[in-house]
Amino acid sequence: MSDLAKIPFILFTMILTENYVLVQFLGICPFLGVSQNLSSSLGMSGAVIFVMTLASAATWAIYTYLMVPFGLEYLSTIIFILVIAALVQLVEIAMKKFLPPLYKALGIYLPLITTNCAVLAVTLLNIDEGYGFLPAVADGFGAGVGFALALVLFCGVRKALDRARPPKAFEGLPITLVAAAFTSMAFMGFSGMAESLFG
Amino acid sequence: MEIINAIWVLAAIGAVAAVLLVLAAKFMAVPVDEKFPKIRECLPGANCGACGYAGCDGYAAALASGEETVTNKCVPGADKVARQLAELTGGEFADVVEQVAVVRCSGSCDACKAKMSYEGITSCAAAKLYYGGASSCTFGCIGLGDCERACPEKAIGVINGLATVNPAMCIGCGICVRTCPNGVITLMADVDRALVACSNHEMGAVVRKECSKGCIGCKKCERECPVGAIKVTDNLAAIDYSICTSCGHCAEICTTGCITYMDRSGAHRAESKSA
Repeated sequence: MSDLAKIPFILFTMILTENYVLVQFLGICPFLGVSQNLSSSLGMSGAVIFVMTLASAATWAIYTYLMVPFGLEYLSTIIFILVIAALVQLVEIAMKKFLPPLYKALGIYLPLITTNCAVLAVTLLNIDEGYGFLPAVADGFGAGVGFALALVLFCGVRKALDRARPPKAFEGLPITLVAAAFTSMAFMGFSGMAESLFG
Repeated sequence: MEIINAIWVLAAIGAVAAVLLVLAAKFMAVPVDEKFPKIRECLPGANCGACGYAGCDGYAAALASGEETVTNKCVPGADKVARQLAELTGGEFADVVEQVAVVRCSGSCDACKAKMSYEGITSCAAAKLYYGGASSCTFGCIGLGDCERACPEKAIGVINGLATVNPAMCIGCGICVRTCPNGVITLMADVDRALVACSNHEMGAVVRKECSKGCIGCKKCERECPVGAIKVTDNLAAIDYSICTSCGHCAEICTTGCITYMDRSGAHRAESKSA
């Protein structure tokens, strides 16, 4: 398959079948922390999509043109963390100057995700999969959209959950985790679909 | 030799990133108001959004520009920050108290008997005009959802014929308090926990006939309250929150279960917790 032909497959798997939050259980902390109301979950989702796409592009370039020639593949974790953190800071400064409305919308969520495991995972898995540049960027974008989907859907679940009155022992986090498990089970329905759709 | 490579590549990436960040900070610095850094310094930096702005920067900017004059909006900072802000901006100091709406009625469909089958306009205000609504108790919640429709945060829902506030979503705006035709909903400080969830002033025997969860004025809570914060006046228990220690004893011993005890932390507090 050529790089371009891979992209729909990658997007489909990252958003539905291999959803980072609900299937691979990455990024659970922001998933539980910021899903209490829709506006903050949308802000967080936007920031995650943005950072994952950028980080995929930047780390892919650094890995291919700097780390492989020097045989430093084993340092990918620490270098990627460094690159992601610096990148996010840089983007934040630039955004503050040139795109104040976007900065206001994403601003407070950006620093939160510099060291998020889902962001690191997407960059590391890109390398593991041996993706080219375009598939890697698509992978980052897809993972971000998948995160957004999970967060927004779960925000709806949580609104309903807030009104239901669970048994005392389940109040708060326990019932939220149970609900998250059900949401995750719903996503199991997509498994195997990607292979038959894109063959 | 491989380790040397690793060291210098990692150091180079770090150095490049540092130089880029310094340059970016230098050349893309956004000029800020003189007052702004001082005000920003006072705020706790939790970026919780409890003040209604996008993080502490937002609130500080609004205060600095003079758009915002209220200085007690910072919940995590509480009174201390409010005082500092008042000094800096020359505004007036006011205490930080978070409020939350509560329904003073427990008369769900299971508890409270209906005296008729109401088939008129689906509105508490309309039903109230017609013999005080379908419920046999004319003091309590009518349950047709005027408050649910009025709530901007969708924090109230009518569940089983009884309006129920979800404190975690309530911002304490008080719109429901003004909407309820029976005056069943009131605001209370969200740090308090115990609530007499009944508004019925009838004699105990009458209340018993109307509702299994109403306050019958038995004075058990008045006798048992360890700090003497509860007084029964006109057949209805009332809690004096200036004395109440939120121990929850009253809710445990209440004969009909009309005193409820729960965490009523409002939306502002809940947000600051999760952020």
